[in-house]
Amino acid sequence: MPPKVNLQKCDGCRAESEALCVQICPGDLMALDENNGKAYCRSARDCWDCMSCVKACPNGAIETRLPYQLGYYPAKLIPLVGSNKISWTVVDIHGKVERFTFKNRND
Amino acid sequence: MAAKLPAKLEEVGEVRLETDILIIGAGNAGCYAAIEAKRRRPDLRVTLMEKAHIDRSGCLASGMDAINTYIKKNETVENLVRWSRAQAGGLLREDLTITMAELLNQAIEEWEEWGLPIKKDENGEYLARGRWDIAIQGSEMKVILAEKVREYGCEVLNRVVATNYLLDGDRVIGAMGFGVRDGKFYIIKAGATIVATGGAAGLYKPYTNDGVDSHHQIWYCPFNVGTGYAMGIRAGAEMTTFEMRWCAVRTKDFNGPIDTISVGYKAPMINAKGEKILAKRYAHMGGDASPRFVRANAPMEEWLAGRGPCYVDTRHMTPEQVKTLKIDYLNERPSFVLFLAARGQDITREPIEVYGSDPYIVGGHTASGYWIDVKRATTLPGLFACGDVAGGVPNKFVGGCAAEGMLAARGAIEYLGSLADRGQVDESLVAAEKARVYAPAIRQVREGDGVIPREMEERLQRLMDEYAGGVHQFYRMNRERLEYALKHLAILKDQTRYLVAHDLHELMEAHEIIDRLDVAEVLVHHLLFREETRWPGWQNRVDFPERDDTRFDCFVNSRRNPQTGEIEVFTRPYEQIIPGDRYRP
Repeated sequence: MPPKVNLQKCDGCRAESEALCVQICPGDLMALDENNGKAYCRSARDCWDCMSCVKACPNGAIETRLPYQLGYYPAKLIPLVGSNKISWTVVDIHGKVERFTFKNRND
Repeated sequence: MAAKLPAKLEEVGEVRLETDILIIGAGNAGCYAAIEAKRRRPDLRVTLMEKAHIDRSGCLASGMDAINTYIKKNETVENLVRWSRAQAGGLLREDLTITMAELLNQAIEEWEEWGLPIKKDENGEYLARGRWDIAIQGSEMKVILAEKVREYGCEVLNRVVATNYLLDGDRVIGAMGFGVRDGKFYIIKAGATIVATGGAAGLYKPYTNDGVDSHHQIWYCPFNVGTGYAMGIRAGAEMTTFEMRWCAVRTKDFNGPIDTISVGYKAPMINAKGEKILAKRYAHMGGDASPRFVRANAPMEEWLAGRGPCYVDTRHMTPEQVKTLKIDYLNERPSFVLFLAARGQDITREPIEVYGSDPYIVGGHTASGYWIDVKRATTLPGLFACGDVAGGVPNKFVGGCAAEGMLAARGAIEYLGSLADRGQVDESLVAAEKARVYAPAIRQVREGDGVIPREMEERLQRLMDEYAGGVHQFYRMNRERLEYALKHLAILKDQTRYLVAHDLHELMEAHEIIDRLDVAEVLVHHLLFREETRWPGWQNRVDFPERDDTRFDCFVNSRRNPQTGEIEVFTRPYEQIIPGDRYRP
């Protein structure tokens, strides 16, 4: 169940010609639900867990979840994307929190 | 919003374009080709045809934490050839490796200038991670490259899937394809064409596919399906060394990079008994410096011998090293950090388990791909190849694919200058391709029944896994199994006429399986032909378990006859330029 969309946070990128996750997914896996205008992953099986959609989402509405066959609930990995750096927060299944911040683009 | 599928062929809209240089695939190699073409000849129209979105397409979607081939101050091009040759079991194209290596550093240094952070040591030099490797923080490296492509004024067609070359006789004068968003049929005529579509994943069943959501938990970009190979095969291009498959040793259950740990942090590979596998059993092959196929095969042999599971031993690492390691992973495969969290694993107490991957065809790591000359011209006039789709140069990796992109652009520009005319589009071929491309959509409307692409994909992957040396068979194969695979590949190829697609995404998937079948068929012919075992792990012929230099110290090449569909397999001699023992670095 790789990209999990938070329906409260997702607004379907109404101001964009196409939702950013739909634009960016290398596997063409993100689409907008015609009924509620919100994003969903059309085929969780085909996701590469590259997290491009998670990084692109302006509302922080997408979370990468690992398939349960591979990893246990409820670990989290949340990026905060800056202009030249990125911060990641990791929470493991025991609740242990780690944070990492590093430059990902030269000034 | 994506367009609806056409119900009739007459409803399909067309987009006709003319360009000077068409580049198929806007990954790393394609982007470098585009930039090089445009800065050498700003007057030329340079067009990229990309099935996804250039910002995150191809192998670099989630980033990289190292450049694995950079020629440092105390090293030389000749040394790189010697090392790469030994790593590849003595078999590579030295002429191609030399010309690639001459441009390696330029490509990497430019990327840094454009914004890619490269780590430095205390002397201000690039931080070494191994003999040829340097450490980078490359999570955004593809986005940075894509920005540069746009800045140079290249034209980018996102979400357009290439399906076949436009041919004038055997000459390539562009390509055709369809839009996954607009549903239109694209006919792009070009003076010169560069193919840069990457290698092929999804030919074999991955061992993680037992879970409903983990089919693509694989090493290689699963959206690189071998389309560039397939288009070349169908047009009669000569291909080389498909039998040198790439199987990687990866973290088990979650395909995380192992070099990051074993090279970067000197973590040895150990078996269930705690023995250092490479030092103990592969000392004669170089121990920890053994060729890559040995490293991929080693944990699998331990499993077979009853000494699995195997690990990279991280228990010596300090908390500071673990933090740096996790940052490396966040730059290349961020979800691996999530995996460790989801296992609740402290790697200073518990080592990281490793296992072999499913096999891939990928010219950037092994040598499979188009047979090309030093200008990166394929055997089809007008067509150039670079990156993972181009053969002969193993271990080119990210830097080498970029360098090769530049070489292909130079080759294409020179070819353009030599052209007397730009060829004629044969409208009957265009009409036939259009009918072929939309057939699964039309069938869905007319018949409403057939085979969906996923069913055929999984049938192919099971077949290849069991009969052509997949990971569940510990990479082993023999003549009888390979012949069985060929028989069923022929049935599957015939069955493609029953494919149905319910939307444009599924139409793309239909062509992905059609392309994979063409690649798999050529691959099995190559595996059958090489009656030796040159790269145990990558290619294990249990009926020919030894290396046989008298018969196979050469390249195995193939060409499919476009008229009859017959695949001819033959050899080409090895040409040594750099002296020395080819099996030692």
